[in-house]
Amino acid sequence: MSLLSVRGLRKSYGALKVTDDLDLEVTEGELHAIIGPNGAGKSTLIAQLSGQAGSDAGSVRFAGAEMMGRPMPARVRAGMSRSFQITSILPGFTVLQNVATAVQAHSGSSFRFFAPVARDADLNAQALEALSRVGLADRAQTRAGSLSHGEKRALELAIALATRPRLLLLDEPLAGTSGAEAERLVQVMAGLKGQVTLVLIEHDMDAVFALADRVSVLVYGRIIATGTPDQVRADPAVRAAYLGDA
Amino acid sequence: MTRWLMRRRVAAWLIFGGFAALPLIAALTGDPYLVVVATRILAFAMAALALDLILGYGGMVSFGHAAYLGIGAYAVAILSRAGITDLGAHLGAAVIAGAAFALVTGAISLRTRGIYFIMITLAFAQMAYFFFVSLSAYGGDDGVTLTTRSTVLGQDWLADDRVLYYAALAMLLGLYLLCVAITGSRFGRVLTGARENPLRMQAVGFTPFRFQLTAFVISGAMTAIAGVILANQASFVSPSYMNWHRSGELVVMVVLGGIGNLLGAIAGATLALLLEEWLALFTEHWRLIFGTLLILVVLFSRDGLTGLFKGRGK
Amino acid sequence: MTSLFLLQLLNGVQLGVLLFLIAAGLTLVFGIMDFVNLAHGVIYMVGAYLVVMFAGMTGSYGLGLLLTLPATLVIGLVLEALIFRRLYDRPHLDQVLATFGLVMVVTELVKIIWGQSPLSILPPDALSGSVPLVGALRYPVFRLVVIGAGLAVAVGLWLVITRTRIGMQLRAGASNRAMVGALGVDIGRLFTVIFAFGAMLAGFAGAMVAPILSVDPGMGESVLILAFVVIVIGGIGSVKGAFAGALLVGIVDTLGRSFGPIILRAVMEPSAAAQTGRVLAPMLVYVLMAAILAARPQGLFGARP
Ligand SMILES: Nc1ncnc2c1ncn2[C@@H]1O[C@H](COP(=O)(O)OP(=O)(O)OP(=O)(O)O)[C@@H](O)[C@H]1O
Ligand SMILES: [Mg+2]
Repeated sequence: MSLLSVRGLRKSYGALKVTDDLDLEVTEGELHAIIGPNGAGKSTLIAQLSGQAGSDAGSVRFAGAEMMGRPMPARVRAGMSRSFQITSILPGFTVLQNVATAVQAHSGSSFRFFAPVARDADLNAQALEALSRVGLADRAQTRAGSLSHGEKRALELAIALATRPRLLLLDEPLAGTSGAEAERLVQVMAGLKGQVTLVLIEHDMDAVFALADRVSVLVYGRIIATGTPDQVRADPAVRAAYLGDA
Repeated sequence: MTRWLMRRRVAAWLIFGGFAALPLIAALTGDPYLVVVATRILAFAMAALALDLILGYGGMVSFGHAAYLGIGAYAVAILSRAGITDLGAHLGAAVIAGAAFALVTGAISLRTRGIYFIMITLAFAQMAYFFFVSLSAYGGDDGVTLTTRSTVLGQDWLADDRVLYYAALAMLLGLYLLCVAITGSRFGRVLTGARENPLRMQAVGFTPFRFQLTAFVISGAMTAIAGVILANQASFVSPSYMNWHRSGELVVMVVLGGIGNLLGAIAGATLALLLEEWLALFTEHWRLIFGTLLILVVLFSRDGLTGLFKGRGK
Repeated sequence: MTSLFLLQLLNGVQLGVLLFLIAAGLTLVFGIMDFVNLAHGVIYMVGAYLVVMFAGMTGSYGLGLLLTLPATLVIGLVLEALIFRRLYDRPHLDQVLATFGLVMVVTELVKIIWGQSPLSILPPDALSGSVPLVGALRYPVFRLVVIGAGLAVAVGLWLVITRTRIGMQLRAGASNRAMVGALGVDIGRLFTVIFAFGAMLAGFAGAMVAPILSVDPGMGESVLILAFVVIVIGGIGSVKGAFAGALLVGIVDTLGRSFGPIILRAVMEPSAAAQTGRVLAPMLVYVLMAAILAARPQGLFGARP
């Protein structure tokens, strides 16, 4: 059954239709990849789904509830979490603090003014667990701003994981990572399959075809094909519009 | 991080120990004026501390914090006029009034960012200023002289300058410890995170506005307490407490001592007021020198004052 | 009553025009450079002092005004080159501190040069009379001249912004700063021009009102903060917004002060109404600002919140 159901979603920047009457169904438990050329509107779609950007029309139902009109924090609390294509972390915090902050967001009230949060064993333990998953546990006490690019990408993923989402929207998690780092992140995503529903946007086709249960192809704000990796690879429209050029 | 906390603890002992010993020094040197000046310093240190909470940790550059000094001071004047002289009542009224003003103006100001926020907080402070200027029942522009200081348990203990001084010191210590707790708490972490990267905080499920507004209200209430002390020290209350220059001086104090580490605000307030007193010994136009120094330091330190005194902590 | 209304309306327009002259330069500096300048008000004050001084030297207000304009332009250029230019890419906090320091320095210099007590200057003889408006109501010619001069500047600015190349760059810059650089405009030069021109407008405003108001070291401050209110209402970076905001603030403030107590008398006894009116009237423009912000955080004509 559908965990995420998008109907008739639209968004324009001036005359440019970035999302054009888009429908999308994401089944509970699957890894659903979205591919498309640069500027196809993939990041914009994620922004609309997560509530970062508004939409001109359409409906976004998540776990049976309408998300349209709800602000980003409310959608995260409902169980939809995301990562950013351009790394977005808290650079002055330590790596552990970055993740612990995300844990804190979904465990108990944050309107607590006296108990020292640095000594909150529960938060730190959960944060370390998420960090271990992406292989950053030994960097826990480092200032996040001084991590390497690849490590920041891993931290970005750990933060998203730490919110315990039912649906994870990942916007090019491999962007700019080296071979070994990318390998590691692909492993992490493979490990996540089955535990959490994933929408993965990625230009790395090897990773996409290795990981995805289903693939949707987005071109000029429209989904032109959806299916298993093999079906999509064979689809003539896709070959013409996208893979052919690539 | 822990080493940083240890250093801060040592510095705190030194600063508060120094303040505690000051009346003794004053008695030895036979200079009672020292205690009077020091009480003023303590009051401004409270206000600077409160401002650092939102500026240093929350990233909100409020350019209207003098309004809360005035609100606290007028709480004393108005209640005293009505025959209520109790310090507890004065503090309670100041805190409630300061918090209420911060809640309303903060809720509006926090809808904006950057330059807008700076201008709007300044404008609201000016509104409070004009309100009291036209409040002729309390002297308007000229203000009111207080006939007595606040009383404690019906006693006029605070009439003694040294008692007032130690009362102010106790309050500063209490507020400092409160701020240390807040900034190290769950709440403090969200507040700091929202300064670092509000989008990231939203993307993990926080609504920064709520935390920023709460911090703004706490800060306003704390500054109003400073106003109560200031009114008692001067035995005089007027709209000049809310002059926008005063708001500017508060920002200078916070930045001078280093933003975002609480003790810096106390040190900055001390430094700025001493510099003022000292320059005023030489010329009535001390602002010329003070202003020039300010410009030069901002221009010629690599990242401005903020970089000259780096000491950020979480 | 109607004639009193007309009179106060004109006074309101006159205040609005004055605020516009100050806000116009400021809003461009804020919008295009994302730069907080607290020192704009002191330039207005310096303009007033300079016209008093030059008029005293030449014996003519008109000549004084003619000398004040280039003088404030030069002051703007010098300040931009010495101080502001180094602050454009600094955090707002640094900009606030440095320009606050500048306010202290200039105010103190003015006190040293011209003293603490207010100065005054008479309008030129030709403009010192008053003209009949309606019935027995008369209005000072000089105030009408101030209004006319302000409106002329507004029209001139509008022409520059809509019809010229630099105006096009300004509009592009106010809505999208990165754009201007991408278009190959020399941003440094554009900033210098805006800055110096804004300073001259502020100086012009100070010089125009010197014969109406008392010239004192505090005159820049209340006007600066009102100009902030104007910019917030109109929307940062929008000259159109500055014009609308300035007239709105000028008229609301002036009418509020004179008619607030009268209106309150309908619901209160006269003495209480006078009291309350006096207290509430000065707060009116701030309440207006709050209301507009609550509905439109980016201001009436602003692009960015
Ligand atoms: N805020 C905006 N204003 C105007 N146009 C925008 C805005 N954001 C995105 N666009 C345009 O919308 C289109 C889609 O952008 P988007 O970032 O969603 O593409 P994408 O598929 O994620 O591309 P990439 O693979 O390069 O990340 C692009 O043409 C982009 O220029
Ligand atoms: Mg993208």
